[in-house]
Amino acid sequence: MLDFELMWRIYPYFLQAAWVTVQLSILTTILGLACGSLGAAARLSRHWYLRMIGATYVSLFRGTPALIQLFLLYFGGPQVGIQLDAFEAGVIGLGVNIGAYMTETMRGSIIAIDKGQTEAARTLGLSRFQAFRKVVLPQALRLMIRPLGVNINALIKGTALVAAISVVELTYTAQRYIGSTYKPFEMFLLSGLLYMVIIYIVGKGITYLDRKVRLT
Amino acid sequence: MSDTQHFVEIRHARKNYGYIEVLKDISLNVERGQIVAIIGPSGSGKSTLLRAINDLDPLTEGEVWLDGVQVNKKLPHRQYEKHINQMREHVGMVFQHFNLFPHLTVRENVTMAPKLLKGISNEDANKLAEEQLAHVGLLDRIDYYPSRLSGGQKQRCAIARALAMKPKLMLFDEATSALDPELVEEVNLVMKKLAEEHMTMIIVTHEMDFAASVCDRVLFMDQGYVVEEGPPEVVFKNPKEERTRAFLRKHLGGAK
Repeated sequence: MLDFELMWRIYPYFLQAAWVTVQLSILTTILGLACGSLGAAARLSRHWYLRMIGATYVSLFRGTPALIQLFLLYFGGPQVGIQLDAFEAGVIGLGVNIGAYMTETMRGSIIAIDKGQTEAARTLGLSRFQAFRKVVLPQALRLMIRPLGVNINALIKGTALVAAISVVELTYTAQRYIGSTYKPFEMFLLSGLLYMVIIYIVGKGITYLDRKVRLT
Repeated sequence: MSDTQHFVEIRHARKNYGYIEVLKDISLNVERGQIVAIIGPSGSGKSTLLRAINDLDPLTEGEVWLDGVQVNKKLPHRQYEKHINQMREHVGMVFQHFNLFPHLTVRENVTMAPKLLKGISNEDANKLAEEQLAHVGLLDRIDYYPSRLSGGQKQRCAIARALAMKPKLMLFDEATSALDPELVEEVNLVMKKLAEEHMTMIIVTHEMDFAASVCDRVLFMDQGYVVEEGPPEVVFKNPKEERTRAFLRKHLGGAK
């Protein structure tokens, strides 16, 4: 049966690892939102070359496995002069990757706002930018909270990938303690539970935020 | 700048969407304080013509002049944007689907543009909102969000929002078409009030009775042409053109 005594003894180490996962998730979210905003701005630009850059970014990073992107950055990086430690490579790799998904989420929420809103604002004399800033964006931001929550949910679980470049987070820690305890079930269960706790808290936060700013 | 003597002047307006011509050489003059109704079957180009006046739907060819200034001037992009934003401050527009800003209260809907574009203080903005909302009979809903208003109240709020910029010209694009029949009258009353205050108005409408009672002139459009125009007594009671007669037979139901 399950060795609960071992799990009880070892879980503080997993808590430490969970903290690393949380840090990874926070930094990746920030970078992802930044990339997503730029990507969405590019995809919705008046200029065709910016739209092309945005579309290329999205299809490149959504069209290839995140693991390959991470390996390319971490193992292939030094070959072209990019020296990053594993944690940095993890944050940058995952952040730029999830940014491609967030680009589409944000773009979708912005174009979902009725054209009549922009028209009404423009007829009052507002500039393109003012109409976007004062009328479209506040509505689009409300609309994108939940789908961005889905992106963040995927991203948190996606941080498990950086175990493959030996960042000592939850998944890597589970693997490491299997080496000394020979109890894979307990170790993976422990890390799985901690992922669930993180996801649950973030999910609640997203729901709260969405309810708070919802219009109807 | 002033080679025009009319308040609003549309000169040889043409508009194509690809191969489809929706406006075919339309010219129209409107004087200060006049109220002009544009009627016609759907797809006749009447909304497109109205939306060309503030360049929401730019013309393919032709000129639009307002109070001695050309609205659709040919200018480099940045300069044009600046120019058109200034022009639009003077032209209020009311839409069929209200297009109120759902994230702002009634008060904020009215004050946003004046605050942003004229830099008026909060105090003046509040006074302005109260004044404009009293004018359309919506003062008791000043701190409501649009989602809690009826259709008629929404449209009256939209009118107050447009009036808050103190426009010289008001454009109404089927302002009552999306309303329940029993709510049409409250919006019509507000428009009549504006008429009494000598606001210049161009009104695209399907309501012949309203057009007949309020307007100085009626334009009947069909397939991108102005088929007939004149005072409402003439256009509604003694139309010269067969197409006008056919249209009116359908819409007046033999009532007149």
